[in-house]
Amino acid sequence: MTAIASQQTKLPDPARLQIAFSDVTLDLGGKTILENVNLDVKPGEFLCIVGASGCGKTTALRLAAGLYQPTRGSVTFDGKPILSPRRDIAIVFQDYGKALLPWRTAAGNVSLALEASGVASAQRGARIDALLKKVGLPNHAAKYPAEMSGGMQQRLQIARCLAQEPKALLMDEPFGALDAMTRQGLQDEVLSLVRASNATVVFVTHDLEEAIYLGDRVIGLLPHPGRIGIELTIDLPRRRDQLSTRENPQFLALRRELFDFIKASEA
Amino acid sequence: MIPERAKAFVLPVAILAALEIWARATHLQSDSLAPPSAIAAALTEAFRDGSILTATRDTLVSAFAGLLTGGAVGLAFGIALGIFHVFDRLMEVTVEAIRPIPSIALLPIALIALGFGYRMEIVIVAFASVWPLLILSRAAVGAIEPRLIEVSRSLRLSPLDRIRKIIIPAALPRIFLAFRLAAGIALIVAVTVEIAINPIGLGAAIMTAQQALRPDLMLAYLVWIGIVGYGLNTGLLLAQRHLFGRAALAGDAA
Repeated sequence: MTAIASQQTKLPDPARLQIAFSDVTLDLGGKTILENVNLDVKPGEFLCIVGASGCGKTTALRLAAGLYQPTRGSVTFDGKPILSPRRDIAIVFQDYGKALLPWRTAAGNVSLALEASGVASAQRGARIDALLKKVGLPNHAAKYPAEMSGGMQQRLQIARCLAQEPKALLMDEPFGALDAMTRQGLQDEVLSLVRASNATVVFVTHDLEEAIYLGDRVIGLLPHPGRIGIELTIDLPRRRDQLSTRENPQFLALRRELFDFIKASEA
Repeated sequence: MIPERAKAFVLPVAILAALEIWARATHLQSDSLAPPSAIAAALTEAFRDGSILTATRDTLVSAFAGLLTGGAVGLAFGIALGIFHVFDRLMEVTVEAIRPIPSIALLPIALIALGFGYRMEIVIVAFASVWPLLILSRAAVGAIEPRLIEVSRSLRLSPLDRIRKIIIPAALPRIFLAFRLAAGIALIVAVTVEIAINPIGLGAAIMTAQQALRPDLMLAYLVWIGIVGYGLNTGLLLAQRHLFGRAALAGDAA
Protein backbone atom coordinates (compact mmCIF):
# COMPACT_ATOMS: atom_id res chain seq x y z
CA MET A 1 0.00 0.00 0.00
CA THR A 2 1.12 3.53 -0.72
CA ALA A 3 0.54 4.46 2.88
CA ILE A 4 3.25 2.09 3.93
CA ALA A 5 5.66 3.27 1.22
CA SER A 6 5.45 6.87 2.40
CA GLN A 7 6.02 5.65 5.93
CA GLN A 8 9.78 6.19 5.63
CA THR A 9 9.62 9.99 5.29
CA LYS A 10 9.89 11.35 8.79
CA LEU A 11 7.76 14.48 8.32
CA PRO A 12 4.73 13.73 6.17
CA ASP A 13 2.85 16.50 4.42
CA PRO A 14 -0.06 17.36 6.78
CA ALA A 15 -2.48 17.71 3.88
CA ARG A 16 -1.86 14.09 2.96
CA LEU A 17 -2.83 12.97 6.43
CA GLN A 18 -6.34 12.00 7.30
CA ILE A 19 -6.13 12.07 11.08
CA ALA A 20 -3.29 13.86 12.81
CA PHE A 21 -2.54 14.29 16.51
CA SER A 22 0.03 16.97 17.17
CA ASP A 23 1.46 17.28 20.68
CA VAL A 24 -1.83 16.13 22.14
CA THR A 25 -2.15 16.18 25.91
CA LEU A 26 -5.41 15.30 27.62
CA ASP A 27 -6.15 15.82 31.30
CA LEU A 28 -9.30 14.31 32.74
CA GLY A 29 -10.30 14.77 36.36
CA GLY A 30 -6.89 16.12 37.33
CA LYS A 31 -5.06 13.17 35.78
CA THR A 32 -2.99 13.30 32.63
CA ILE A 33 -4.34 10.54 30.42
CA LEU A 34 -2.31 11.24 27.30
CA GLU A 35 0.86 13.28 27.07
CA ASN A 36 2.45 14.80 23.98
CA VAL A 37 1.08 12.28 21.55
CA ASN A 38 2.03 12.77 17.92
CA LEU A 39 0.26 10.46 15.59
CA ASP A 40 -0.71 10.53 11.98
CA VAL A 41 -2.92 8.28 9.98
CA LYS A 42 -2.87 8.32 6.21
CA PRO A 43 -5.98 7.94 4.06
CA GLY A 44 -6.85 4.28 3.63
CA GLU A 45 -4.43 3.16 6.29
CA PHE A 46 -5.34 0.50 8.86
CA LEU A 47 -3.73 1.59 12.12
CA CYS A 48 -3.93 -0.52 15.25
CA ILE A 49 -3.32 0.82 18.73
CA VAL A 50 -2.35 -1.57 21.52
CA GLY A 51 -1.22 -1.13 25.08
CA ALA A 52 -1.68 -2.25 28.66
CA SER A 53 -5.04 -1.40 30.22
CA GLY A 54 -5.28 2.19 31.33
CA CYS A 55 -2.76 3.44 28.80
CA GLY A 56 -5.25 5.73 27.11
CA LYS A 57 -5.89 3.87 23.86
CA THR A 58 -9.64 4.27 24.07
CA THR A 59 -9.15 7.90 25.03
CA ALA A 60 -7.06 8.45 21.91
CA LEU A 61 -9.86 7.00 19.84
CA ARG A 62 -12.43 9.25 21.49
CA LEU A 63 -10.25 12.25 20.70
CA ALA A 64 -10.23 11.20 17.05
CA ALA A 65 -14.01 10.81 17.20
CA GLY A 66 -14.44 14.33 18.54
CA LEU A 67 -16.05 13.03 21.73
CA TYR A 68 -13.20 14.57 23.75
CA GLN A 69 -11.23 17.72 23.11
CA PRO A 70 -7.49 17.80 23.84
CA THR A 71 -6.28 19.90 26.77
CA ARG A 72 -3.26 20.95 24.71
CA GLY A 73 -2.29 20.32 21.12
CA SER A 74 -4.67 19.57 18.27
CA VAL A 75 -6.39 16.71 16.54
CA THR A 76 -7.15 17.34 12.89
CA PHE A 77 -9.07 15.54 10.19
CA ASP A 78 -8.14 16.36 6.60
CA GLY A 79 -6.18 19.27 8.01
CA LYS A 80 -9.08 20.78 9.98
CA PRO A 81 -9.41 20.56 13.78
CA ILE A 82 -12.00 18.06 15.02
CA LEU A 83 -14.08 20.22 17.35
CA SER A 84 -17.10 17.93 17.59
CA PRO A 85 -18.13 14.51 16.27
CA ARG A 86 -18.62 14.37 12.50
CA ARG A 87 -20.71 12.04 10.43
CA ASP A 88 -17.84 11.01 8.17
CA ILE A 89 -16.00 9.62 11.19
CA ALA A 90 -17.84 6.58 12.51
CA ILE A 91 -17.08 4.89 15.81
CA VAL A 92 -17.74 1.25 16.65
CA PHE A 93 -18.00 0.80 20.40
CA GLN A 94 -16.89 -2.32 22.23
CA ASP A 95 -20.14 -2.66 24.17
CA TYR A 96 -22.43 -3.28 21.22
CA GLY A 97 -25.24 -4.18 23.62
CA LYS A 98 -25.28 -0.64 24.95
CA ALA A 99 -24.64 1.12 21.65
CA LEU A 100 -27.66 -0.35 19.85
CA LEU A 101 -31.19 0.90 20.41
CA PRO A 102 -32.97 -2.05 22.07
CA TRP A 103 -36.41 -0.77 20.97
CA ARG A 104 -35.50 -0.74 17.29
CA THR A 105 -35.07 -3.75 15.02
CA ALA A 106 -31.83 -4.39 13.15
CA ALA A 107 -33.22 -2.46 10.20
CA GLY A 108 -34.33 0.34 12.52
CA ASN A 109 -30.90 0.61 14.06
CA VAL A 110 -29.26 0.99 10.66
CA SER A 111 -31.99 3.40 9.70
CA LEU A 112 -31.02 5.71 12.57
CA ALA A 113 -27.76 6.59 10.83
CA LEU A 114 -29.57 7.19 7.53
CA GLU A 115 -32.17 9.35 9.27
CA ALA A 116 -29.36 11.35 10.85
CA SER A 117 -27.81 11.93 7.43
CA GLY A 118 -31.15 13.06 6.04
CA VAL A 119 -31.64 10.17 3.62
CA ALA A 120 -35.23 10.28 2.33
CA SER A 121 -37.39 7.52 3.79
CA ALA A 122 -38.17 6.17 0.31
CA GLN A 123 -34.50 5.38 -0.25
CA ARG A 124 -33.76 4.00 3.19
CA GLY A 125 -35.22 0.52 2.68
CA ALA A 126 -32.92 -0.45 -0.17
CA ARG A 127 -29.88 1.05 1.56
CA ILE A 128 -30.67 -0.83 4.78
CA ASP A 129 -31.06 -4.12 2.91
CA ALA A 130 -27.73 -3.61 1.15
CA LEU A 131 -25.92 -2.74 4.38
CA LEU A 132 -27.34 -5.69 6.31
CA LYS A 133 -26.37 -7.95 3.45
CA LYS A 134 -22.88 -6.51 3.46
CA VAL A 135 -22.34 -7.45 7.11
CA GLY A 136 -23.92 -10.88 6.71
CA LEU A 137 -27.27 -10.18 8.35
CA PRO A 138 -29.61 -10.21 5.34
CA ASN A 139 -32.26 -12.33 7.05
CA HIS A 140 -32.29 -10.57 10.39
CA ALA A 141 -33.73 -7.17 9.48
CA ALA A 142 -36.82 -7.63 11.67
CA LYS A 143 -34.98 -8.96 14.71
CA TYR A 144 -34.35 -6.90 17.82
CA PRO A 145 -30.80 -6.69 19.19
CA ALA A 146 -31.81 -8.77 22.22
CA GLU A 147 -32.71 -11.61 19.84
CA MET A 148 -29.26 -11.61 18.25
CA SER A 149 -25.95 -13.14 19.35
CA GLY A 150 -23.04 -10.92 20.39
CA GLY A 151 -21.32 -11.37 17.05
CA MET A 152 -24.48 -10.45 15.18
CA GLN A 153 -25.02 -7.38 17.33
CA GLN A 154 -21.50 -6.21 16.61
CA ARG A 155 -22.06 -6.76 12.88
CA LEU A 156 -25.18 -4.67 13.21
CA GLN A 157 -23.27 -1.87 14.86
CA ILE A 158 -20.71 -2.02 12.05
CA ALA A 159 -23.54 -1.83 9.51
CA ARG A 160 -24.87 1.28 11.24
CA CYS A 161 -21.41 2.83 11.09
CA LEU A 162 -21.05 1.95 7.41
CA ALA A 163 -24.42 3.64 6.82
CA GLN A 164 -22.68 6.88 7.72
CA GLU A 165 -20.43 6.30 4.67
CA PRO A 166 -17.47 7.24 6.82
CA LYS A 167 -14.08 8.30 5.54
CA ALA A 168 -12.67 7.03 8.81
CA LEU A 169 -13.83 4.12 10.91
CA LEU A 170 -12.75 4.11 14.55
CA MET A 171 -13.07 0.78 16.30
CA ASP A 172 -12.75 0.47 20.06
CA GLU A 173 -11.90 -3.15 20.95
CA PRO A 174 -14.83 -4.20 18.79
CA PHE A 175 -14.29 -7.93 19.20
CA GLY A 176 -13.03 -7.89 22.80
CA ALA A 177 -16.21 -9.44 24.19
CA LEU A 178 -16.60 -12.13 21.54
CA ASP A 179 -15.42 -15.72 21.50
CA ALA A 180 -12.31 -16.64 19.53
CA MET A 181 -14.05 -18.22 16.53
CA THR A 182 -16.50 -15.35 16.08
CA ARG A 183 -13.65 -12.91 16.49
CA GLN A 184 -11.54 -14.46 13.73
CA GLY A 185 -14.49 -14.51 11.36
CA LEU A 186 -15.23 -10.86 12.05
CA GLN A 187 -11.58 -9.88 11.63
CA ASP A 188 -11.63 -11.18 8.06
CA GLU A 189 -14.99 -9.55 7.40
CA VAL A 190 -13.76 -6.20 8.64
CA LEU A 191 -10.69 -6.48 6.42
CA SER A 192 -12.77 -7.12 3.34
CA LEU A 193 -15.36 -4.45 4.23
CA VAL A 194 -12.62 -1.91 4.75
CA ARG A 195 -10.91 -2.85 1.52
CA ALA A 196 -14.21 -2.37 -0.31
CA SER A 197 -14.96 1.00 1.27
CA ASN A 198 -11.41 2.41 1.25
CA ALA A 199 -12.01 3.87 4.70
CA THR A 200 -9.19 4.79 7.02
CA VAL A 201 -9.33 2.63 10.14
CA VAL A 202 -8.04 3.20 13.64
CA PHE A 203 -8.49 -0.02 15.56
CA VAL A 204 -7.91 -0.25 19.30
CA THR A 205 -7.35 -3.70 20.77
CA HIS A 206 -5.63 -5.41 23.65
CA ASP A 207 -5.11 -8.51 21.49
CA LEU A 208 -1.58 -8.13 20.08
CA GLU A 209 -1.99 -10.83 17.44
CA GLU A 210 -5.20 -9.22 16.28
CA ALA A 211 -3.37 -5.91 15.90
CA ILE A 212 -0.61 -7.43 13.78
CA TYR A 213 -3.04 -9.50 11.76
CA LEU A 214 -5.24 -6.55 10.84
CA GLY A 215 -2.94 -3.57 10.74
CA ASP A 216 -0.74 -1.83 8.23
CA ARG A 217 0.90 -0.30 11.26
CA VAL A 218 0.73 -0.96 14.99
CA ILE A 219 1.33 1.63 17.68
CA GLY A 220 1.98 0.58 21.26
CA LEU A 221 1.16 3.01 24.05
CA LEU A 222 2.93 3.26 27.40
CA PRO A 223 0.78 3.95 30.46
CA HIS A 224 0.73 6.70 33.14
CA PRO A 225 0.56 8.99 31.29
CA GLY A 226 -0.30 7.49 27.94
CA ARG A 227 2.34 8.09 25.31
CA ILE A 228 3.61 6.34 22.23
CA GLY A 229 6.21 3.71 23.06
CA ILE A 230 6.60 1.68 19.91
CA GLU A 231 5.64 1.88 16.27
CA LEU A 232 5.77 -1.16 14.02
CA THR A 233 5.15 -1.22 10.30
CA ILE A 234 3.51 -4.48 9.33
CA ASP A 235 4.98 -5.56 6.01
CA LEU A 236 3.03 -8.80 5.80
CA PRO A 237 1.28 -9.55 2.50
CA ARG A 238 -1.90 -7.49 2.46
CA ARG A 239 -4.12 -10.48 1.80
CA ARG A 240 -4.21 -11.91 5.30
CA ASP A 241 -5.13 -15.45 6.12
CA GLN A 242 -5.96 -16.75 9.58
CA LEU A 243 -3.57 -19.71 9.25
CA SER A 244 -0.72 -18.77 6.95
CA THR A 245 -0.41 -15.15 8.10
CA ARG A 246 -0.27 -16.19 11.72
CA GLU A 247 2.41 -18.80 10.89
CA ASN A 248 4.52 -16.35 8.87
CA PRO A 249 7.97 -15.96 10.58
CA GLN A 250 7.68 -12.22 10.19
CA PHE A 251 4.33 -12.32 12.03
CA LEU A 252 5.95 -14.29 14.82
CA ALA A 253 8.87 -11.87 15.05
CA LEU A 254 6.51 -8.91 15.26
CA ARG A 255 4.46 -10.72 17.84
CA ARG A 256 7.56 -11.30 19.96
CA GLU A 257 8.59 -7.68 19.67
CA LEU A 258 5.15 -6.44 20.68
CA PHE A 259 4.83 -8.90 23.58
CA ASP A 260 8.23 -7.82 24.92
CA PHE A 261 7.15 -4.19 24.67
CA ILE A 262 3.91 -4.75 26.58
CA LYS A 263 5.66 -6.82 29.22
CA ALA A 264 8.27 -4.10 29.73
CA SER A 265 5.60 -1.40 29.85
CA GLU A 266 3.72 -3.24 32.58
CA ALA A 267 6.82 -3.83 34.70
CA MET B 1 -56.60 -30.81 45.32
CA ILE B 2 -56.64 -27.02 45.15
CA PRO B 3 -55.20 -25.60 41.94
CA GLU B 4 -52.02 -23.54 42.47
CA ARG B 5 -53.60 -20.24 41.42
CA ALA B 6 -56.56 -20.71 43.72
CA LYS B 7 -54.39 -21.03 46.81
CA ALA B 8 -54.15 -17.26 47.10
CA PHE B 9 -57.92 -17.13 47.57
CA VAL B 10 -58.13 -19.67 50.38
CA LEU B 11 -57.36 -17.23 53.17
CA PRO B 12 -59.69 -14.37 52.06
CA VAL B 13 -62.57 -16.79 51.52
CA ALA B 14 -61.97 -18.35 54.94
CA ILE B 15 -61.94 -14.92 56.59
CA LEU B 16 -65.18 -13.91 54.85
CA ALA B 17 -66.84 -17.14 55.94
CA ALA B 18 -65.67 -16.65 59.53
CA LEU B 19 -66.97 -13.07 59.56
CA GLU B 20 -70.32 -14.18 58.22
CA ILE B 21 -70.66 -16.89 60.87
CA TRP B 22 -69.55 -14.55 63.61
CA ALA B 23 -72.01 -11.82 62.52
CA ARG B 24 -74.93 -14.26 62.46
CA ALA B 25 -73.99 -15.96 65.71
CA THR B 26 -73.77 -12.65 67.59
CA HIS B 27 -76.78 -11.06 65.83
CA LEU B 28 -74.52 -8.18 64.88
CA GLN B 29 -76.05 -4.73 65.37
CA SER B 30 -73.53 -2.10 64.36
CA ASP B 31 -73.18 1.30 62.64
CA SER B 32 -69.75 0.42 61.28
CA LEU B 33 -69.81 -3.30 60.52
CA ALA B 34 -72.04 -5.58 58.48
CA PRO B 35 -72.00 -9.27 57.58
CA PRO B 36 -70.41 -10.06 54.19
CA SER B 37 -73.76 -11.26 52.83
CA ALA B 38 -75.35 -7.87 53.59
CA ILE B 39 -72.43 -6.07 51.96
CA ALA B 40 -72.81 -8.22 48.85
CA ALA B 41 -76.53 -7.49 48.78
CA ALA B 42 -75.93 -3.73 49.13
CA LEU B 43 -73.36 -3.86 46.33
CA THR B 44 -75.81 -5.66 44.05
CA GLU B 45 -78.51 -3.16 44.92
CA ALA B 46 -76.20 -0.21 44.17
CA PHE B 47 -75.47 -1.73 40.78
CA ARG B 48 -79.13 -2.34 40.09
CA ASP B 49 -80.16 1.28 40.69
CA GLY B 50 -77.07 2.53 38.84
CA SER B 51 -75.90 4.80 41.66
CA ILE B 52 -72.55 3.05 41.99
CA LEU B 53 -71.89 3.35 38.26
CA THR B 54 -72.55 7.11 38.25
CA ALA B 55 -70.30 7.53 41.26
CA THR B 56 -67.56 5.41 39.68
CA ARG B 57 -67.77 7.43 36.48
CA ASP B 58 -67.47 10.71 38.37
CA THR B 59 -64.46 9.53 40.35
CA LEU B 60 -62.66 8.02 37.37
CA VAL B 61 -63.29 11.04 35.13
CA SER B 62 -61.81 13.34 37.78
CA ALA B 63 -58.93 10.99 38.53
CA PHE B 64 -58.00 10.50 34.87
CA ALA B 65 -58.42 14.13 33.85
CA GLY B 66 -56.21 15.14 36.74
CA LEU B 67 -53.73 12.36 36.05
CA LEU B 68 -53.40 13.29 32.39
CA THR B 69 -53.03 17.05 32.89
CA GLY B 70 -50.77 16.80 35.93
CA GLY B 71 -48.85 13.89 34.42
CA ALA B 72 -48.24 15.78 31.18
CA VAL B 73 -46.89 18.78 33.08
CA GLY B 74 -44.71 16.53 35.25
CA LEU B 75 -43.43 14.63 32.22
CA ALA B 76 -42.52 17.76 30.28
CA PHE B 77 -40.71 19.27 33.25
CA GLY B 78 -39.08 15.97 34.20
CA ILE B 79 -37.61 15.48 30.72
CA ALA B 80 -36.48 19.09 30.52
CA LEU B 81 -34.87 18.88 33.96
CA GLY B 82 -33.19 15.60 33.04
CA ILE B 83 -31.72 17.04 29.86
CA PHE B 84 -30.76 20.56 30.89
CA HIS B 85 -28.69 20.47 34.06
CA VAL B 86 -28.72 24.26 34.33
CA PHE B 87 -32.52 24.22 34.34
CA ASP B 88 -32.41 21.42 36.91
CA ARG B 89 -30.29 23.47 39.29
CA LEU B 90 -32.41 26.53 38.66
CA MET B 91 -35.61 24.68 39.56
CA GLU B 92 -34.26 22.52 42.37
CA VAL B 93 -35.28 24.73 45.31
CA THR B 94 -38.63 25.60 43.77
CA VAL B 95 -39.50 21.97 43.09
CA GLU B 96 -38.41 20.80 46.52
CA ALA B 97 -40.36 23.61 48.18
CA ILE B 98 -43.65 22.91 46.39
CA ARG B 99 -43.49 19.13 46.23
CA PRO B 100 -43.92 18.38 49.97
CA ILE B 101 -47.21 20.31 50.13
CA PRO B 102 -49.90 17.64 50.62
CA SER B 103 -52.22 18.00 47.66
CA ILE B 104 -55.24 17.81 49.94
CA ALA B 105 -54.03 20.97 51.69
CA LEU B 106 -54.90 22.84 48.50
CA LEU B 107 -58.54 21.94 49.04
CA PRO B 108 -59.64 25.18 50.77
CA ILE B 109 -58.01 27.35 48.10
CA ALA B 110 -59.32 25.22 45.25
CA LEU B 111 -62.78 25.29 46.76
CA ILE B 112 -62.82 29.09 46.96
CA ALA B 113 -61.39 29.50 43.48
CA LEU B 114 -63.36 26.81 41.66
CA GLY B 115 -66.28 25.74 43.85
CA PHE B 116 -67.65 22.22 44.13
CA GLY B 117 -67.52 19.80 41.20
CA TYR B 118 -65.16 18.27 38.74
CA ARG B 119 -62.83 21.19 38.16
CA MET B 120 -61.75 21.60 41.76
CA GLU B 121 -61.15 17.87 42.12
CA ILE B 122 -59.23 17.66 38.84
CA VAL B 123 -56.90 20.47 39.88
CA ILE B 124 -56.04 18.77 43.16
CA VAL B 125 -55.51 15.39 41.50
CA ALA B 126 -53.37 17.06 38.85
CA PHE B 127 -51.18 18.67 41.50
CA ALA B 128 -50.64 15.29 43.13
CA SER B 129 -49.91 13.62 39.78
CA VAL B 130 -47.21 16.08 38.71
CA TRP B 131 -44.61 14.86 41.17
CA PRO B 132 -44.23 11.15 40.46
CA LEU B 133 -43.98 11.91 36.75
CA LEU B 134 -41.59 14.81 37.26
CA ILE B 135 -39.25 13.08 39.67
CA LEU B 136 -39.23 9.69 37.94
CA SER B 137 -38.97 10.94 34.36
CA ARG B 138 -36.12 13.22 35.40
CA ALA B 139 -34.40 10.19 36.91
CA ALA B 140 -35.24 8.08 33.84
CA VAL B 141 -33.58 10.60 31.55
CA GLY B 142 -30.59 10.75 33.87
CA ALA B 143 -30.32 6.95 33.82
CA ILE B 144 -30.17 6.63 30.03
CA GLU B 145 -27.19 4.61 28.88
CA PRO B 146 -24.46 7.22 28.24
CA ARG B 147 -23.31 5.18 25.25
CA LEU B 148 -26.60 5.93 23.52
CA ILE B 149 -26.04 9.64 24.02
CA GLU B 150 -22.57 9.23 22.49
CA VAL B 151 -24.09 7.37 19.55
CA SER B 152 -26.49 10.26 19.02
CA ARG B 153 -23.58 12.70 19.21
CA SER B 154 -21.48 10.69 16.74
CA LEU B 155 -24.41 10.63 14.35
CA ARG B 156 -24.93 14.35 14.91
CA LEU B 157 -28.63 13.96 15.59
CA SER B 158 -30.42 17.29 15.96
CA PRO B 159 -31.50 18.13 19.54
CA LEU B 160 -35.12 17.44 18.61
CA ASP B 161 -34.25 14.07 17.06
CA ARG B 162 -32.11 13.22 20.05
CA ILE B 163 -35.12 13.74 22.32
CA ARG B 164 -37.58 12.02 19.96
CA LYS B 165 -35.48 9.09 18.82
CA ILE B 166 -33.17 8.38 21.76
CA ILE B 167 -34.18 9.99 25.04
CA ILE B 168 -37.95 9.42 25.10
CA PRO B 169 -37.92 5.82 23.82
CA ALA B 170 -35.06 4.95 26.17
CA ALA B 171 -36.85 6.46 29.16
CA LEU B 172 -40.33 5.26 28.19
CA PRO B 173 -40.47 2.04 30.28
CA ARG B 174 -39.61 3.96 33.44
CA ILE B 175 -41.95 6.79 32.49
CA PHE B 176 -44.79 4.31 32.15
CA LEU B 177 -43.94 2.91 35.57
CA ALA B 178 -44.21 6.45 36.93
CA PHE B 179 -47.56 6.79 35.21
CA ARG B 180 -48.76 3.62 36.93
CA LEU B 181 -47.70 4.95 40.33
CA ALA B 182 -49.34 8.29 39.58
CA ALA B 183 -52.58 6.55 38.57
CA GLY B 184 -52.77 4.92 42.00
CA ILE B 185 -52.15 8.27 43.67
CA ALA B 186 -54.73 9.98 41.46
CA LEU B 187 -57.44 7.54 42.54
CA ILE B 188 -56.55 7.96 46.22
CA VAL B 189 -56.58 11.75 45.98
CA ALA B 190 -59.84 11.85 44.01
CA VAL B 191 -61.63 9.70 46.60
CA THR B 192 -60.09 11.72 49.43
CA VAL B 193 -61.34 15.01 47.97
CA GLU B 194 -64.79 13.48 47.61
CA ILE B 195 -64.82 12.20 51.18
CA ALA B 196 -63.58 15.51 52.50
CA ILE B 197 -65.89 17.87 50.70
CA ASN B 198 -66.79 17.30 47.07
CA PRO B 199 -70.33 15.90 46.74
CA ILE B 200 -69.63 13.62 43.74
CA GLY B 201 -68.14 10.22 43.11
CA LEU B 202 -67.39 7.19 45.24
CA GLY B 203 -65.98 9.13 48.17
CA ALA B 204 -69.17 11.16 48.54
CA ALA B 205 -71.23 7.98 48.21
CA ILE B 206 -69.38 6.41 51.14
CA MET B 207 -70.07 9.50 53.24
CA THR B 208 -73.76 9.45 52.32
CA ALA B 209 -74.03 5.77 53.28
CA GLN B 210 -72.29 6.46 56.57
CA GLN B 211 -74.60 9.32 57.44
CA ALA B 212 -77.61 7.21 56.49
CA LEU B 213 -76.38 4.60 59.01
CA ARG B 214 -75.98 2.02 56.26
CA PRO B 215 -72.74 0.19 57.16
CA ASP B 216 -73.54 -2.48 54.57
CA LEU B 217 -73.65 0.08 51.75
CA MET B 218 -70.64 1.96 53.11
CA LEU B 219 -68.58 -1.23 53.16
CA ALA B 220 -69.94 -2.19 49.74
CA TYR B 221 -68.50 1.06 48.34
CA LEU B 222 -65.24 0.41 50.15
CA VAL B 223 -64.97 -3.05 48.60
CA TRP B 224 -65.84 -1.59 45.21
CA ILE B 225 -63.15 1.11 45.47
CA GLY B 226 -60.67 -1.65 46.23
CA ILE B 227 -61.83 -3.54 43.14
CA VAL B 228 -61.57 -0.41 40.96
CA GLY B 229 -58.08 0.33 42.23
CA TYR B 230 -56.99 -3.26 41.71
CA GLY B 231 -58.49 -3.28 38.21
CA LEU B 232 -56.78 -0.01 37.33
CA ASN B 233 -53.37 -1.23 38.45
CA THR B 234 -53.80 -4.62 36.79
CA GLY B 235 -54.89 -2.98 33.53
CA LEU B 236 -51.89 -0.66 33.53
CA LEU B 237 -49.55 -3.49 34.49
CA LEU B 238 -50.81 -5.59 31.58
CA ALA B 239 -50.44 -2.62 29.24
CA GLN B 240 -46.91 -2.08 30.53
CA ARG B 241 -45.95 -5.71 29.95
CA HIS B 242 -47.53 -5.69 26.55
CA LEU B 243 -45.85 -2.44 25.50
CA PHE B 244 -42.41 -2.82 26.98
CA GLY B 245 -41.90 -6.50 27.73
CA ARG B 246 -38.86 -7.40 29.74
CA ALA B 247 -37.46 -3.87 29.83
CA ALA B 248 -40.42 -2.67 31.89
CA LEU B 249 -40.19 -5.54 34.33
CA ALA B 250 -36.52 -4.83 34.82
CA GLY B 251 -37.51 -1.25 35.60
CA ASP B 252 -40.05 -2.57 38.08
CA ALA B 253 -37.42 -4.41 40.05
CA ALA B 254 -35.20 -1.36 40.23
